[in-house]
Amino acid sequence: MAKVLPTLRKQQHPLADSAYQRRLLDDLSLRPFAEAAASAGHRPLKAAGISVLQLNVGKRCNQTCAHCHVDAGPERKEVMTRAVLEAALNFLAQSDIPMLDITGGAPEMHPDFREIVERATALGRHVMDRCNLSITRLPNYSYLPEFLAEYRVEVVASLPSYAAKTTDTQRGEGVFEDSIAALQHFNRLGYGKEGSGLILNLVTNPVGAFLPGNQHSLERDWKAQMKRRYGIEFNHLYTITNMPISRFLDFLLRSGNLEAYLEKLVTAFNPTTVEGLMCRTTLSVGWDGRLYDCDFNQMLDLGVGPQAPQTIFEATPESLSQRVIQLGQHCYGCTAGLGSSCGGATV
Amino acid sequence: MDTYYHPKDLAHFPDIGKDAPELWQKFLAWYNAVFAEGALSEREKALIALAVAHTVQCPYCIDAYSTACLEKGSDIEQMTEAIHVAAAIRGGSSLVHGVQMRNHVDKVSM
Repeated sequence: MAKVLPTLRKQQHPLADSAYQRRLLDDLSLRPFAEAAASAGHRPLKAAGISVLQLNVGKRCNQTCAHCHVDAGPERKEVMTRAVLEAALNFLAQSDIPMLDITGGAPEMHPDFREIVERATALGRHVMDRCNLSITRLPNYSYLPEFLAEYRVEVVASLPSYAAKTTDTQRGEGVFEDSIAALQHFNRLGYGKEGSGLILNLVTNPVGAFLPGNQHSLERDWKAQMKRRYGIEFNHLYTITNMPISRFLDFLLRSGNLEAYLEKLVTAFNPTTVEGLMCRTTLSVGWDGRLYDCDFNQMLDLGVGPQAPQTIFEATPESLSQRVIQLGQHCYGCTAGLGSSCGGATV
Repeated sequence: MDTYYHPKDLAHFPDIGKDAPELWQKFLAWYNAVFAEGALSEREKALIALAVAHTVQCPYCIDAYSTACLEKGSDIEQMTEAIHVAAAIRGGSSLVHGVQMRNHVDKVSM
């Protein structure tokens, strides 16, 4: 089984520098993504409103997954400040954005995680928690399943495979066992069960340099296998393409797969995915209040365009809902095949 | 280094169509239909293709269908079992001809 490495930051790896990552991808001499988007009728690519406010509340995580685009890990210190949190929740309150998507790192490790959920729910918004599952098995966080159920939070849980070996290869030794125990706990509370209203969705990323398969076919197979093997039920399976960023980029370089993988992404460019790209309806807020078109741009330090407010402190929904989206070569990850987003395939 | 098989040659497979384009188009249409979702899923078909690729020992097919199997959600354990199915059929098909051997030995022996 592959060893899970420390964060790139801890290794003082050149890839810990986002500018270095962007140069690496730019130097591959691929067709500029902006041209591909233009060929699909989007010149420039612009936002089409904001239906999801995504808060990346910090890079601290109890895991160091091999594919993580955040380079999250236990020693990361970046945590969303109180001031940013207040500004973000005020922004939400002043808008009609229906969904709050809380991500990280492990978002539940933020000291004010409970308050974020409580206040967003009180505003009548749908709250989604991107959960690594193993966090719920830690003593200080064992309250999580019941808390999330009480506030009817949608749980979007990462699980690359219904087999232990493949999952642990990506996420660390023992994570699969913890994940299954966590899912069984969520099921006992009603999550993933028909008619309960407690939504449990699973997210799978390929464990290697290949694209995800057909989301609907995979969901059918996963539902049968998870039920048969572990008695686990869930609502939907989302497939997400690995982005050539951070730790997955490191894997691509170390394994000699970078050029072939990027070529695969470019060759698989599907123009019909551009219309539904998640950046067009998502606003991403960093731990320090900076604004981004998506979490991937955030990790590449590619902030919103110069015409838009740069931080949550001066932001208004009107000033951001039609902004020009900032593009890079990594964007091919979201337009390959059936498309990819935080909500799975886009076509 | 001189070698008969070059991994990059797989990308040139469509070149076969250059001097018999109609036949190539018919092959492609049938091939794509074979691997489409049907009574068997794409995933099941990819596993069968992987097993057959090992039977006929086509290195291009082995590479292509290894990736296809992974993409369609199979893992290394499932793929290894599929190869064993191929090997078992190959081994078994040799062994079962031993019945013919035994029949012949019975006929000519005292």
